[in-house]
Amino acid sequence: MNTAKQSEPSEIELLLPWYAAGTLDPRESLQVEAALANDPELASRYEWVRAELAQETHVSEAAGEPSGRDVKTLFAKIDALPARKSRSSIDLGARIAEFLASLSPRTLAWSAMAAALAIVLQAGFLAGFVLKEKNPGGYETASVPADVSGEGSYVLLRFQPKASAADVASVLETTKLSIVGGPSAGGLYRVRVAPTKLAKPDLTRIVSTLQDNKVIGFIAATE
Amino acid sequence: MPTTSDEVLIARIAKGDRLAMEELYGRYRVPVYRFVLRMVRNATTAEDLDSDVFLDIWRQAGTFEGRSAVSTWIFSIARFKALNALQRRPMEELDDEKAGAIEDQADDPETALAKKDKAAVLRACLLKLSAEHREIVNLVYYQHKSVEDVAGIVGIPEATVKTRMFYARKKLSELLTEQGIERGWP
Repeated sequence: MNTAKQSEPSEIELLLPWYAAGTLDPRESLQVEAALANDPELASRYEWVRAELAQETHVSEAAGEPSGRDVKTLFAKIDALPARKSRSSIDLGARIAEFLASLSPRTLAWSAMAAALAIVLQAGFLAGFVLKEKNPGGYETASVPADVSGEGSYVLLRFQPKASAADVASVLETTKLSIVGGPSAGGLYRVRVAPTKLAKPDLTRIVSTLQDNKVIGFIAATE
Repeated sequence: MPTTSDEVLIARIAKGDRLAMEELYGRYRVPVYRFVLRMVRNATTAEDLDSDVFLDIWRQAGTFEGRSAVSTWIFSIARFKALNALQRRPMEELDDEKAGAIEDQADDPETALAKKDKAAVLRACLLKLSAEHREIVNLVYYQHKSVEDVAGIVGIPEATVKTRMFYARKKLSELLTEQGIERGWP
């Protein structure tokens, strides 16, 4: 064997340990088998690889097993940890993130501020929803009324894509609107316009007024 | 009865299923212990690390993304903990007498050679490899990890895995030569 060869082992030679361990893919195994069949020197070196594998196995097996103290230690530590909570409570952030991640980029593109406002309101909504699931009749967030699907008058609206953050904040403030849901895939928000159920003409008038607002691109009354 | 896959067990563990944890622990407890022991060469430390590894698995199961096999993930955690343990007590690693007494009842190379026991000399030389070489030799020969698995566990490219194993074997050859056993290259 020459020096040049010694400084650069062939790919086949590099694979011998894995061939001995039986962890090569079939194609590589066939390549190694063919090389071993045609190269007696390689085959001789492979015998050492097999010996190494056998003795490493011997050394590892001779190490025995853990005494059992590890089992007690592990499960004592696990038992000492706080019990895992159900997904509905521990993953609130994740659920909100999941929900928001499902929104289309275009929906959120109209303004970072609008998104932030929506997130705050929606987070409050979701938090109230999740907590109600866990503890019916219990804690409710202050940002969202308990009767989001009951009393009150609602509209569906979409903000103008080019509306600025200041515009959206101003509209929400001056009109006393409360986002209670959405946006949907089309960028529609469910918004409460009054805490009580208004007569249809009154609601139509409000919708008509809001429709003239340059920040609002679409609005329609809804139940 | 079909065996529950590691991936399913991890998913159940992420939800706090203690029975799933016990099953996974039963599968990997000894292999992980032996791998860690080969690295730290101290049975007490290895046993402590073993339980630490699985405590991490219990805590982090929810973060497992399935980009690698569960066993690769487990061994990478074990390796990380073993390396940390080695860094905390570098002097102990140099204590070959203690290492040999704990890890194997093999004779030292000279005694083994006197007995003409080539296998025993080989075992003694395996024990003398560096931590880096012990690690890869154990993963390939005893844990039966593929090139890809080792790359994932150790965090190096596959080509480096192959050359590192080659140099581990080369070092082994040198140790054998020192004991009067000339096996050629590597």
